[in-house]
Amino acid sequence: MPDLGRYATEVLSAYGVTLLLLVGLIAGSIWKARRVLRQLRDAENRRDKPV
Amino acid sequence: MIELLVRDLRLAIRAGGGFGLGLAFFLIATILMPFGIGPETGMITIIAPGILWIGALLACLLSLDRIFALDWEDGSLELLATSPLPLEAVAGVKALAHWLTTGLPLVAAAPVLAVLLNLPPQGFPWLLASLAVGTPALSAIGTFGAALTVGLKRGGLLLSLLVVPLYVPTLLFGAEAARRGAEGLDAATPLVLLAGITFATAATMPFAAAAALRVNLR
Amino acid sequence: MSIWEYANPRKFMTTSQAVLPWVAGLAAVLVITGLIWGFFFTPDDFRMGSTVKVIYIHVPAAIMGSGTWFMMLITSLVWLIRRHHVSALAAKAAAPVGMVFTLIGLITGAIWGQPMWGTWWEWDPRLTAFLILFLFYLGYMALWEAVENPDAAADLTSVLCLVGTVFAVISRYALIFWNQGLHQGASLSMDAEQNVADVFAYPLWTCIIGFLFLFVALVLYRTRTEIRARRLRALIQRERMA
Repeated sequence: MPDLGRYATEVLSAYGVTLLLLVGLIAGSIWKARRVLRQLRDAENRRDKPV
Repeated sequence: MIELLVRDLRLAIRAGGGFGLGLAFFLIATILMPFGIGPETGMITIIAPGILWIGALLACLLSLDRIFALDWEDGSLELLATSPLPLEAVAGVKALAHWLTTGLPLVAAAPVLAVLLNLPPQGFPWLLASLAVGTPALSAIGTFGAALTVGLKRGGLLLSLLVVPLYVPTLLFGAEAARRGAEGLDAATPLVLLAGITFATAATMPFAAAAALRVNLR
Repeated sequence: MSIWEYANPRKFMTTSQAVLPWVAGLAAVLVITGLIWGFFFTPDDFRMGSTVKVIYIHVPAAIMGSGTWFMMLITSLVWLIRRHHVSALAAKAAAPVGMVFTLIGLITGAIWGQPMWGTWWEWDPRLTAFLILFLFYLGYMALWEAVENPDAAADLTSVLCLVGTVFAVISRYALIFWNQGLHQGASLSMDAEQNVADVFAYPLWTCIIGFLFLFVALVLYRTRTEIRARRLRALIQRERMA
């Protein structure tokens, strides 16, 4: 851990906020991708095998 | 074109057309500002040009969704689109009508409110000039925003969100001209730049608005 | 073989599926390397102290924040001119990514500005221009959400993107006219005089390229999602018709 001196809070919070936002963006993208993929599979299954 | 302009003006002036509402909003918004800021005359004098410009901008913003909404609801917008008049001209006339019914009254009302806000005397011509030159740009840009959101159910808020960033340069130059004028500095440069924005938007925005209208009428 | 072949959704799906893991991996490696390098193994600046470490996220995020809008401008133009759906969907997929990068640039800038300039926020031209860019992203995304018909939404957002770009550029110069700023000049310009020193520049470049790959990976991934969502929509409509 490098010595951040008196600006430790600022530097760490900048990194923290960035990681949080990036993780949020990636997680949101993955979540939406999964949901759409699942719904698409369902829809395609319904089309292939009409009840 | 003239007929369309006259028709729009008549509709706006008739009761329920919303004429004067923008003006009333400008009035109360400007009167409310000192209540929020405090009664110190010095402070109010300093920020008077900014208050008046923002008040005018908000009043303009408030009336934008009326530009196309009524014509959309009763179907006359489709008639206009199929008429021999190009849609670009329709958009231009609509912007002009909006300016005549909203922008021009705001310019006329501004000196009265400026007195209330203790605007220094040398600032009056510059304030009037900047509003007179700048409000057509607000109408032209606003027509584009209204064309984008014309078919939407809750278009009003979205319209504000879309249009406000587009208003930034106009507001910057307009308020800067009024502020410099009030402080007795030379305000010609921002005023000329503001005029440039007005001419550029008046020339281009009807085309963008017509493109958006065509998509929405498809 | 031309670039337009990738405008075919199927071709795009197969190609992006093959490319995506590599791009994502490269992005992860570069971003992590760059940030660790910058965070642990660079000296403090003699004036800014350890806050100089914020540069490794602030500058790449700001570059990608404005770069994303530029990419959206190009894909919007391609959509308007050549009517390739993938292009419009890529613009839609990119907007939230650009918004997050812009937000990171703004927040890290505020955190950095606090100890350096003594204020969280200053109405400086660069800062304000980014705030306006953020508003443009919000409006663009809201318009996508609001319009029901996907093709109409693509058209309207594309027009908004074009007009917005012109106004964003005008705003940038209007803001310079309006207020002289506190913000320093370019950190990595061609003019070597004002550049940052090499110790800072190498990890910084690593981060910038890493963020670029991260952006490409996210946009590819999200565009795949949008293409699937479009197909899903078409299937559901066909079901309703039947």
